[in-house]
Amino acid sequence: MINLEQIKKDIVESQVWKSIFRHGYEDTPRNRVLMVTGNVWMHLHPAKVRRHAVRMRFTWCMGGLTFLMFLLTVITGIYLMFYYRPVPQYAYADMKYLEFDMPFGMLMRNMHRWAAHAMVIFVWLHMFRVFLTGSYKPPREFNWIVGVLLLVLTLLLSFTGYLLPWDQLAIWAVTVGSNMARATPLLGHEGPFAEFVGANPIYDARAFLFGGGDIGPHTLLRFYILHCIFIPLVASLLMAVHFWRIRRDGFSGPPL
Amino acid sequence: MAEAEERSRTIVVDDKIHTWPHLVRGEFLVTIFVMVAMTLWSLLVDAPLEEPANPARTPNPSKAPWYFLGLQEMLVYFDPWYAGVVLPTFIIIGLMVIPFIDINVKGNGYYTFKERKWELLTFFIGFHVLWVVTIIIGTFFRGPGWNLFWPWQRWDPHKVVALTNVDLPYLVGLRDYWVQAGFGLFLVLLYFVVSTWLFYKWVIWIKGKEFMVRWGAVRFAITSFLFITMMALPVKMFLRLVFNIKYIMVTPWLNI
Repeated sequence: MINLEQIKKDIVESQVWKSIFRHGYEDTPRNRVLMVTGNVWMHLHPAKVRRHAVRMRFTWCMGGLTFLMFLLTVITGIYLMFYYRPVPQYAYADMKYLEFDMPFGMLMRNMHRWAAHAMVIFVWLHMFRVFLTGSYKPPREFNWIVGVLLLVLTLLLSFTGYLLPWDQLAIWAVTVGSNMARATPLLGHEGPFAEFVGANPIYDARAFLFGGGDIGPHTLLRFYILHCIFIPLVASLLMAVHFWRIRRDGFSGPPL
Repeated sequence: MAEAEERSRTIVVDDKIHTWPHLVRGEFLVTIFVMVAMTLWSLLVDAPLEEPANPARTPNPSKAPWYFLGLQEMLVYFDPWYAGVVLPTFIIIGLMVIPFIDINVKGNGYYTFKERKWELLTFFIGFHVLWVVTIIIGTFFRGPGWNLFWPWQRWDPHKVVALTNVDLPYLVGLRDYWVQAGFGLFLVLLYFVVSTWLFYKWVIWIKGKEFMVRWGAVRFAITSFLFITMMALPVKMFLRLVFNIKYIMVTPWLNI
């Protein structure tokens, strides 16, 4: 006869198991705290939070959902990266391939795009909520600044991703969006005082962004690398600071 | 009395609850709910993919991604160097300085309108009225030639709109080039000087002299400059829509 209790005991008390999970299962205050502090993912949280801070009508869940949307775009984005080549000859064809031939390709692309839009909306609402509750006030001033940087990075992530499908919508939206750069005072060739700096169409702020005078293969590669590596990396670092700071400064709440 | 105090202190101690399970449970449920919603949305609505990129065929209208349409809408009222570069920079800096210019200690960590009326109203004007409304106009009310169309109206690419915009110095009868430029510069400076003075009077009237002393010259200067710059947008919109005025100041280098 197989003794399940004995097997369970053998597993849970084995050296391997104990090296991974350092706390028991019983619902004790000690285990509740260890659940958070002994887990690298959970320890983004403090072990204890103030009662009102977990209420949905206080936080609207917007910060957490922004992070969830980020994770969702990372996961779906990695899937898309397997099938997408950031080269003009292939990029658009790969989109079609993705939509019609890849298992779950269309679903992954849809999710990636809609989660990106949702992330922009959620991050705005998160900022609005933090403003409403005055949660940027001392001692959380610095975290608000980090939050503003993350907001800008969210928009840049979305904007650089916009070019990648390499369809009409993509290049013209990015053209219109980046045309601002050529009007940068001093640094853009159509901007005020550009003649004093010597900016010209192939040597100015927009050319730096595009990797040339116009949107082309160089721009696609540049935006691809910004979108898939550089901005997510910087955003992840800032998110680590942002979350850690929330823990350090404590959840905001009414004075005690 | 002493007993009531004692009781309130006990409540304070009880204010904190364990993250596991109270907060984690909520996060888990919201995550599941949002993931189901995102999956359904992605199954039902496909991400757009237009024809392959063609740099030789400019669509009319060419719209930036929706979250930048507020900036594109501002191009109607200001030149690209301002609407596309300087103003966004001011928006980002303006958001970042909020915790440092807002010295109201009340309203930290809870919802209140009464205790922070003016702060909330300013945010409301900047975010909801200017940012969100211009995005809605840019997204739903702009058609070919960036002309205004109702959402249900057919986009007529041949719509004729009389170009009757004039520059303010010309409108008041000035014809000499340098006199026009000088007059425009004078008006812009006058706008800032008078508005700063009004803002000063207004703050004294609303918050009192004692507040102004605590606030300090630096905070006042930064706040009034950013606020007046923000309000320049509705002022310019009004001048354009009601009086067809294109520029206030015209110089060989830049126009405002």
